[in-house]
Order: sequence, then structure tokens, then C-alpha cells
Amino acid sequence: MTNEQLIEQLSKAYPAAATKQGGQYPEITMPREMLHSFMQNLKSEPNLAFDYLVCESGVDYPEYLQVVYHLESTTHRHFLVVKSNTENRETAVLDTVCDIWPTAEFHEREIYDLLGITFNHHHDMRRFFLDNTWGHPLRKDFKDDIHVVER
Amino acid sequence: MAFEKYDFTPLSQSIHQGLIENVSPLLTTIIEWTIIGVLYLLFIALFGLLLVYAERKVCAAFQQRLGPMRVGPWGLLQTIADFVKLLMKELITPNRVDKFLYNLAPFIVIIVPFLTISVIPFAPGLQALDFDIGIFFVTAVSSVGVIGVLLAGWASNNKYSLIGGMRSGAQIVSYELSVGLSLITMVVLAGTMQVSEIVELQRGGWFLFKGHIPAIIAFVVFVVAGTAETNRGPFDLAEAESELTAGFHTEYSGIKFAFFFLAEYINLFIVSAMATIVFLGGWMPFHFGGFEAFNTIMDFIPGLIWFFMKVFGVIFLIMWFKWTFPRLRIDQILTLEWKYLLPINLFNILLMATIVLLGWHW
Amino acid sequence: MADIIEKFVTTDEIKTDEYLVNMGPQHPSTHGVLRLLLKLEGEIVHNVDPHIGYIHSGIEKMTEALSYPQVIHLTDRMDYLSAHMNNEAVCLCIENALQVEVPERVKYIRTIFDELQRLASHQLWWCASGMDLGALTAFFYGLRDREDILDIFEETCGARLTLSYSVPGGVMFDIHPNFQTKVKAFIKKFRKILPEYDKLLTDNIIFQNRTKGVGILSKEDAIAFGVTGPTGRASGFSCDVRKHNPYSAYPYIKFDEKIGTDGDCFMRWKLRMDEMWESLNIIEQLIDNIPEGDHAVKMKGVIKLPEGEFYQRVETARGEFGVYIVSDGKKNPYRVKFRSPGFSNLFTINHIAKGWKIADLVAIMATFDLVIPDIDR
Repeated sequence: MTNEQLIEQLSKAYPAAATKQGGQYPEITMPREMLHSFMQNLKSEPNLAFDYLVCESGVDYPEYLQVVYHLESTTHRHFLVVKSNTENRETAVLDTVCDIWPTAEFHEREIYDLLGITFNHHHDMRRFFLDNTWGHPLRKDFKDDIHVVER
Repeated sequence: MAFEKYDFTPLSQSIHQGLIENVSPLLTTIIEWTIIGVLYLLFIALFGLLLVYAERKVCAAFQQRLGPMRVGPWGLLQTIADFVKLLMKELITPNRVDKFLYNLAPFIVIIVPFLTISVIPFAPGLQALDFDIGIFFVTAVSSVGVIGVLLAGWASNNKYSLIGGMRSGAQIVSYELSVGLSLITMVVLAGTMQVSEIVELQRGGWFLFKGHIPAIIAFVVFVVAGTAETNRGPFDLAEAESELTAGFHTEYSGIKFAFFFLAEYINLFIVSAMATIVFLGGWMPFHFGGFEAFNTIMDFIPGLIWFFMKVFGVIFLIMWFKWTFPRLRIDQILTLEWKYLLPINLFNILLMATIVLLGWHW
Repeated sequence: MADIIEKFVTTDEIKTDEYLVNMGPQHPSTHGVLRLLLKLEGEIVHNVDPHIGYIHSGIEKMTEALSYPQVIHLTDRMDYLSAHMNNEAVCLCIENALQVEVPERVKYIRTIFDELQRLASHQLWWCASGMDLGALTAFFYGLRDREDILDIFEETCGARLTLSYSVPGGVMFDIHPNFQTKVKAFIKKFRKILPEYDKLLTDNIIFQNRTKGVGILSKEDAIAFGVTGPTGRASGFSCDVRKHNPYSAYPYIKFDEKIGTDGDCFMRWKLRMDEMWESLNIIEQLIDNIPEGDHAVKMKGVIKLPEGEFYQRVETARGEFGVYIVSDGKKNPYRVKFRSPGFSNLFTINHIAKGWKIADLVAIMATFDLVIPDIDR
């Protein structure tokens, strides 16, 4: 499917989501309540068939935290970017997609470790690179009093 | 025959005579034992050093580099330097080891090759013990070495050592069967177990050629099983560095580690020496049965030199295996023995017995 | 799987006939600082739990304080065996964002360097894996041949390992006058050496017994776990970025994407050897036809990307490498995320190593070709 057809189909099916095209890849921002069922649909519907989760990243914005999913279909070879925002910076909780794509389990552990977003129903929510004495370094307001001297 | 002038029997006889005439028989025996013991100790020490150096140089040649070159001319003093360093290292005993067994293991492992060397004929007349069951003695005594390995693995109080020791023990016990059976094939051909007799019988030609097909099969099986016995070459899973550190001798340091290390190389020498004696003629020069002129020329080289040339040939072959092939997994090692080498060996013994009975050998 | 992990977390429930062994962080065959917590029963592996982070340098956080050309120097250090491909990914991302068209000469040079880098990476993989499996001589043969490629790199850009040769807009220096002759001589020599590599290991019966049928990864699992590169292609997952989303000079050349069927260690091994042959073919197609022109386009002194998000994918020696840049119009990026191939590849090991022995785990790790700084970033 081309990018336009994809966006058209998705915005018709999910009017609550905000779509954007014209950039490199089509983007869709889902509210976090509908995220899991949307992702399930993306994988199981035959003419969408997004079976390859390329990358899952977390981004820190001033008001909220965002998780960005880059998805590709190995059969149709179309690409989609899905975004989902947390409520605010203090309660950063989202649904996990690791039951849909197993690789997400480890990407989400990394996001939890570095950004502090917890994922519901995750199999093994542990920290990855760092241990519990660290905060969440990738956040913009991260202050490390021991190791970093601010002038 | 010209090589009789290289016979050591007159020398040992004259020493014995000299001692008997001057001191009591008891003291003679004790002095003779001491002389033999010291000679063997020196031999083991020097030969061990030489083999370690040879291994490093051979390994370097295969890997297109030079090996030790700096310590002494051509790196000859390298191994001596290494052993001096090992002697000076601190003997670290880990915390909760079984002290008696931990200290006993390296001694068992080093005494066994010492015992086995005593039956090897280096030259005519240069053999310490000449039983009429020499071959049997060798296989029996070398089996005791596995106790040392198992003790080392168990007493170290370390998971890695235990795994390594168990693997190694299983491997050695299995391959002893193959070693023993291939030696028995040649005993069938020779008709005797006495080691000096076996060498004498190869006067007209080495057993490898006399016994043709079964002897060649037995030789191949013996070399493969011998490499596995000494935990070398493609069968060195027990001490594979890239898997579980150093296997059963992880927790040993200093002189105790040196014992394990030295024992491995002396075992290599023993396997090669047995291969030489039983298949390649021991100290017998290379004779063709009827070409008198050729034989006389061959006889000018002393038996001692022939023996060591052949032993080094087999040692080089075994070292070549180690540096070329990848490692086998433990279940593949044991499968090789029990499902392939053992049936081949049994069939080979039958074949050899048939050939001997029908007289189809030279 | 979930219940086994739960048992890990509450350790008082471990059965008594299983034991935990640590493989790493200092271990000769984990290719870097990786700690594998193995749950073993005798020799059989029941669970593999990788613990990473021993070489975590916070590269993604560092990029937020650096300018765009400085980010390129950080990418060298991540997967240091595919340094040029990492550099190229960031440069392409920046160039696409700024809509800058690089000269044809630059595209050819970048692709030739990519393929030379791929050859060097696979050579190091071959020699280190040979050593892991016990063929210690293989280590020296691979390194000896790799020296030629590193000499070629050094002549042109001054560095052997961490190249930093691509910059936004082109390459840092023009190629050395000897470049073409040296590369052609190297290709001729290496075509004779590759069959030796096959004779030494791939055709060896001991090696085949160790790797055939071991650690099978099915195609569905490869896609589900996001395993790319030769590891994924050996399972049948067609994921070569050079074919599906070509960049630089890849649209101009013909080459095959080798895909395997079995997904076992032997197939992964064979596929990397085949990729080396393909790289030689690609370089041969390009080396004589480098167009004349500039080696870089003049860019502004301070590079500022427009506001927005940009994602670029390249094919490194290990798999698909992705760069995701979020920019807010300033001269430092707002967020850079690197999608590293090793990250997805590593975590399949638990799935495929269950039930195999420790020696097989070493064979599986060897054929996965992991570089730990790539995973830890």
C-alpha cells in the first residue's frame, strides 16, 4: 500500500487518532487507551500485516513523554510510525506490546531504564544498563550530583 | 649387525659388575635404583621443557609467526624462564578445598608418567624394567592418572573445575579402551607382550608394514585415541580456554600447576613412544627385509637417534592436529569412542588374528 | 518463559538440581563485556539471561550536547567493526533532512568503503569464531589478511578502526592516488585466500558436526525478534536494506541477496562467507568507475536540521542499523536514537539455546557475531 492509502485507511478506522503525512514516513499518534488493540490490529489484519517492529524509542518532551514505534511489514513492505504519549511526566505508564512483538520486551526495558516509562503487563520489568541507584538519565531534567559538576 | 656397537648392554653390565664386587648386593640395588631414578627425573624435566618449547615453535610455524625468540638464542631459554617463574609463584590454596585431596592430585598425575617411562626401551640395553607383560603394565599404570584428574576437579571446590574434571575423567576412561585394544592388535601380531621382544621382532621390517591393513588401522586408531587420552588436540574440551576457563586445574597455581602442565607433555611423549615401539620399530633402523646393503647403511645411525627421530615425528603429527582442527563437543567425543572406534577396534583384532593364523603377513 | 523468569527474580524457588553459572563479563568468547547468567542442569542449558550495561557510555545522552558533525565521531565507537556504515547512516540522515544532494563520486567512495569495511568485519568475525570453536590457527590467518584492508583505510583517511570518514555533504578527504590499485590488488589476493578459509573450517567434518542443526532460528521468530543481517537472512528473513531501501551507490550495482533456509549455525556461517564473496563482486563493479568530481559539497559552518523527525537505515555487517533524529531546529539534536542490530540479535539467544549444551552456546554466540558496545551504546 502506498503511504496515502495507509493513512486514509487508518484515519477512517480510528478517527480519534491524529495522523500526519508528507514527511519521510506516515505517522499516526494514538491515545494510550487504544494503543494495545490498535497494535494488535496492525499485526493481525492481512492487508496491513506489520510483523516487524524495527525500533521502539522514547522521547522526552516538556509536557509529556512519548514512545515512538517504527513498524514495517515484511510482506507488503510498507512502513509506519506510531506514537503514543503518556499522561504527564510524573505518571508515565503505557501498555506493553511485547506480547505482539517479542523484541519489544527488551526495547521497553531500555526505555524504562533510561526514561522511566513503565509498561503495563510487561513480562520482566527490570532495569537494563543501570542499577537502582540511578535516576532516569535520558530525561532532560536529570541531575547527577555525584558525577557531574554544573557551573 | 653394525648397530651392536651402539648397544648399551655392556655399559650397564660393567656398572653392575663394578658395584657388586665392591659393595653388598643390597646397597648395589639401592645405588642402581637411585641412579636410574635420578636419570629418569632429569630426562623427564629436560624433555618436558624441550617439548613445551617445541610446541610453541611448531604452533608459531603453523600460525605464520616466529614464536619465542628473545629469551636466549632462538628463545631456547624461554621454557626454563617460565618454569623458574612458576616455581617462584605463590601457592594460593582456595578457601574451602579438601586439603589432602587437593594437594595429592598433582602428585598422582606426575608420578604416573614416571612409572610408565620405566618400560620404554630407548636403545638396545637402555631399558629399566623388562617385564614379559610390558604392554599390559603400560596400559594398567597409565589408567591410574585419571584418579588425579578427578581428584583435582572435585577437591577444588569450584563449579568450573568440577565440570572440567568430570568431562576429562569420562573422556580418559573411554579412550583407554581404544588405546588398549589397538595395542592388543599388535600383540596378536607379535605374539608377545614383552616390549624388548616386540622391538627385536621388527628387525626385518616395522610392524606397520609387516601387518599392513590391520596395522595401519590400529595405528590410526591409536594416534586418535592417544590424543584423546592426553586431553590434547581436538579433544581438549576439558581445558578449553574459550569455554570454562582452565577446567580441572583452574585453582592450581605455581609448582602444582607446573606438575599438571608437565604431566600433559610427558604423557604426550609416552603415547608417541608407545606408537613408535609397537608400530614403528622402536629403536630399530629402517630395514627392508632382503636388501642387505641398504640395511647396513641404515645401521650406521645409532638406535637412540632412530628412536628419538620417530618419537618426534609422531609428536609433530599430534601437535599438527591440535593447531588445525576445531574442538569436538563432549558428547561427540564420547560418541566417537563408543560408537565408532570401539567396533572398529574389535573388528580389527579379528582381522589381525585371521591374518596371523593364515600367515598373510611378512 | 514467563514462569522461568519469575523464578529468577525470586531466587528462593530454584530447584536443587539446577545451578547458576556466570559466563562473563570477562570471558574469551563473549566478544566483549557481556554477562550471561546460565541456568544449567549438568551440561544442558535451561535459561540464558543476558546482563548488559558494562560498557554503557550514554552515547544517546551525549549527542544532545554535541553538534551534528560531532555526533558522527561518536557513532564510530558503537559498532567499531562497522564504523564507516554507522558514520554513513548519520550523514545520510542529515543530508536527507537538509535536502542536500551529494556528488556521485561521494556515493561511489562511500559504498566502496562500506564493502571494504564489511569484508574487514567478516574477517574478524571468522577468525574470532574459529578461535572460539577451537581452531586457534584461524585467528592468525584472518588477522593477517585484514591488515591489507586496514592499510588501505589508513592511507586514505588516517585511521584503521574508527574511521569518521563520512561527513555531512561528502567525505573528509579525497581518496589517495594509490587507492584503486591497492584495492584491485587486494581483491585479486583475497579471491585466492577465501577458498583456503573454506577448506580450513567450513569443509571440516568436526566443524560441521559442531554447527549443523545447532541453534535453529525459525523465520517467524527471526521476524518477531527483529533479527536482521546475516543472522536473520540465514533463517529465511529477507531483510537486506541494500536491496529494499537502497542508498548511496547501491541502486547502480547488481548483487544477490543470499538467503538461507535452515537457520542453524552452519547456515549463518555459510551466509557470512557468501557475503564476503558478494562484497568482492560489488567492489569490483565500482572500483573502476568512480566518477570525477568533488569529494564534498560545501555545507554551512553550523548545521541546523529543520524541525521534525528523520529516520535512516543502513545495512552494517551485523544487520540493520537505524538512526532516528528528533530535531527542534537548534544546532544540537533534541534526541538521537540508534537502532542497533546487536540489541535485537542478542535477546534471541535465550529462545534458541534452550536444551543445548554449553559448547553449543559458544557456537551460537560465535555465529551471532555480537559486538557489545553496539548493544550497550
